[in-house]
Amino acid sequence: MDAAAALERLREISSQIRAAVIFERGGKVVGSTIGDEQRAKDVAGEAEALLTEAERQRDAADGPGEFAQLEVALQAGSVFVVRDGDRLIAATTQPEPTVGLVFYDLKSCLRDLETPPAPKKRAAPRRKPATRTKKADAES
Amino acid sequence: MRSRNVLTGVLLGAGSVAGTLLFRRRLARRRERVDVYFGDGSMVSLAKPGEADPLLRRARRILELAS
Repeated sequence: MDAAAALERLREISSQIRAAVIFERGGKVVGSTIGDEQRAKDVAGEAEALLTEAERQRDAADGPGEFAQLEVALQAGSVFVVRDGDRLIAATTQPEPTVGLVFYDLKSCLRDLETPPAPKKRAAPRRKPATRTKKADAES
Repeated sequence: MRSRNVLTGVLLGAGSVAGTLLFRRRLARRRERVDVYFGDGSMVSLAKPGEADPLLRRARRILELAS
């Protein structure tokens, strides 16, 4: 599934998500629900900085740990960042969302990206029309 | 008559305690915070102003950009 289709599906299944950006580490935007390309890039950059900061906090407290997901709850809404392999998704929601459900939907969206498109059905091979050949032996 | 007054007082007291608890719980839920989950299953919740501020600032910027 491509990024546009995965995001479309995400918006269908989750009414809580307002906007979402799929990106790779380094800031490369793979897909976005935000119309403006530059804004989507800025969101990806900020989200990456957010998780770098979160990892730094963890390193300082308990030693290095691999980031999986985060939620920042603000009064105006929540910001989610979820990682699956090299891909990340950042999303915004209304205030006080159903946190577990949003995490699940975002993770599903990233996994949808990994699934290869269903292979096209190959047409059944045509049978060669039988050719009638006279048997020389039969006639003689 | 006296026992009735005591009962009313106890009920009022219990009601106000329950109300305060609910109010505090709701307030705590509304507090701005950052919850970070790691691959090993651990979770760090940042709510103190000093440690959470840089992340809250970035999140506010994301909300602005995405709106």
